[in-house]
Amino acid sequence: MTGNPSLHLWLIPLLPFLGFLLNGLLGRHLPKALVSTIALLFTAAPLALVAGIALRFRSLPLPYIERTAMPWIITSAFRADFAFMLDPLTLVMLLVVTGVGFLIHIYSVGYMAHEEGYWRYFAYLNLFMFFMLILVLAENFLWMFVGWEGVGLASYLLIGFYFLRESAASAGIKAFLLNRIGDFGFLLAMFLMIAHFGSLSFNRVFTAIAEHPQMQGGFLTAIALLLLLGATGKSAQIPLYVWLPDAMEGPTPVSALIHAATMVTAGVYMIVRSHTLFDRSPFALGVVAVIGAATALFAATVGMVQTDIKRVLAYSTISQLGYMFLACGAAAYSAAIFHLVTHAFFKGLLFLAAGSVIHALGGQQDMRAMGGLRKATPVTFWTMSAAVFAIAGLPPFSGFFSKDEILYQTFLSPTAGPILWLVGLVTVLLTAFYMFRLWYLTFFGASRAEPGHEHPHESPWVMLVPLILLAVLSVAGGWIGIPRALGGNDQFAHFLDPVLSPPSPPSYEQIRITMNEQGVARAAEASTPQAPARPAGNDNQERLFSVLSVVMALAGWFMADLLYRRKPAMAHQLAQRAGGAYGLLLHKYWIDQLYNALIVVPLLFLTRYLLWGAVDSGIINGGGSAAAGTVRGLGALVQRVQSGNIRSYAGWLAIGAAALLLLTYFGFSMHV
Amino acid sequence: MAVPIAYYLVLSAILFSIGVGAFLIKRNIITVFMSIELMLNAVNLSFVAFAYQWHRVQGQIFVFFVMVVAAAEAVVGLAIIIAIFRSRSTLNVDQVNLMKL
Repeated sequence: MTGNPSLHLWLIPLLPFLGFLLNGLLGRHLPKALVSTIALLFTAAPLALVAGIALRFRSLPLPYIERTAMPWIITSAFRADFAFMLDPLTLVMLLVVTGVGFLIHIYSVGYMAHEEGYWRYFAYLNLFMFFMLILVLAENFLWMFVGWEGVGLASYLLIGFYFLRESAASAGIKAFLLNRIGDFGFLLAMFLMIAHFGSLSFNRVFTAIAEHPQMQGGFLTAIALLLLLGATGKSAQIPLYVWLPDAMEGPTPVSALIHAATMVTAGVYMIVRSHTLFDRSPFALGVVAVIGAATALFAATVGMVQTDIKRVLAYSTISQLGYMFLACGAAAYSAAIFHLVTHAFFKGLLFLAAGSVIHALGGQQDMRAMGGLRKATPVTFWTMSAAVFAIAGLPPFSGFFSKDEILYQTFLSPTAGPILWLVGLVTVLLTAFYMFRLWYLTFFGASRAEPGHEHPHESPWVMLVPLILLAVLSVAGGWIGIPRALGGNDQFAHFLDPVLSPPSPPSYEQIRITMNEQGVARAAEASTPQAPARPAGNDNQERLFSVLSVVMALAGWFMADLLYRRKPAMAHQLAQRAGGAYGLLLHKYWIDQLYNALIVVPLLFLTRYLLWGAVDSGIINGGGSAAAGTVRGLGALVQRVQSGNIRSYAGWLAIGAAALLLLTYFGFSMHV
Repeated sequence: MAVPIAYYLVLSAILFSIGVGAFLIKRNIITVFMSIELMLNAVNLSFVAFAYQWHRVQGQIFVFFVMVVAAAEAVVGLAIIIAIFRSRSTLNVDQVNLMKL
């Protein structure tokens, strides 16, 4: 393509797949040490490859596209390749997926050490890495969809890892089904793209859009909204978010990797990847922003009252993903990806630390039975504190920079605006509140542990090292994108500029440079501004916004401090005083029950009585029975001929001969 | 003066019908066997009659074939009848009904 030596991008996803095959096929018979060695090796290798690419990234011609020799699907009107693409956005995602993925693999070695099905766990985890890397590296929507479905599969398998527990099995099914709804939207969006562009290749589709400035709204809005439906499924946004809290039935490292750091951010990645499309449809962007803001606020309120440590984190994840969607909706894509990265660090860390806490208490997940763990598990405490401060958005931790960027961009954006900014700001307060609540309930005060677990123990080092590394990233991860107003120079945004900068993505034009010069001229002509105009902010304003959000976060911290450290009784009083609202939050706004009543029950009714009772039992089964009955009746009739009586056979023979004779006679006479 | 062919054919038909009737009615295997021979010979008679009528030798030759087959059939059939009698001590066909459902 470019004459450069091949980067062998295909190796990156394939290596974890080999690990999956080895562990999946042979793992049952291998010792645990070998299983974990295989799993770690085949996760470390892609990390090394990605790191190698990152080191010489500046010297690479971008975007770099790699196709396998064989096309995948080829028809007269449509073609799809096994194509991989590398550009700054891909690189960021690759680093997050392989880096955090590798750390969580290490952690899992310690966490899962005493579990049944050790090999199965690591096989699934490697399978997940395989699909996630395909999703990130794919160069067309179809290939991306393969990864998209595959991570859903891996997620399903891992949520239902303890499949003997019914709640885990049904949580897996729930996640899978809700994701199907989203995938349905993704599929329809792809069909529309094939219909309008004749291709699913990112390059082709986005170039086609860039070349036709007159394309605004219309079918692009339809495609964008359908893609958004897909993203809400995968990234657990309203209305399809309900699977994520239940997904906590899986092992905790899985929650960290799949349901916090990587897979659930796939929706954000997909929207950012197809931002050219979204840019042309302000309406779709507005919908994205509203969904994001609503989800952020909604999930944060639910997270405030949950007592299961993992559920708090699950709702927090939904809420933070809402922030990312809000950023996407504000067309601040680099802010979305920035938050995706920092979120991968601190939320991965939060889950791993929560896992360490659960481990220390022998499987206890209820925060009401925790407390006072600061002394017993110092490393877990300090690392988790870093994550808590990061997610709460206190400077100079990573979450502060990314969240601030999102809020500021939201305020400026014409598609989002001040109202959504206010929602985001309130969510900052709630976020700080529920995170510090978790922090106080878990680590401070007197121990409320159940008998038998009064002496919690710190986790082994194999679990603590990933915690420490992630803690460092949670603290410092944000420094790559310090905005200009705060003394940095927006490095992260500049790094992503080639992919995201409006008007038309010049990166896609670069391929055309290598292909033919005329194409460039044409593309250059066509490049017109398309993103909704964004008023430029000034530095002072940005600083003011930062101060505001820090004040909100501190207020949240203060409230949590008041309610859960200084006056623990007050929390109960408050809960009783606001009984209705508290109950509403505690039961997650009854959304599960609402969905159950509105969708599941009618659907089951329809299935059981109409489809099963009438169609299946009546028509399909009945048709079969009728056919069988007819044949049986005929058989009973004809059976009588086979009497076993020789003379009756002879009689039939004679009758047959006579009949033939008559037939011959009259047959001939008729013709003659 | 020659006997008209119709006479031969009528005789043949009568013999054949007697054979069929006996075949259907009789229970003794040997009688059944004999009625088969009667049918074969009724057919032989019509063969010969036609051969004489048309001055063709094929009909006569066919009769020899039928006789050979009948002789072979008699050998096999009588052997079967003896075998049945030995195992069942009866020649009643209605009791030879193992194939009955």
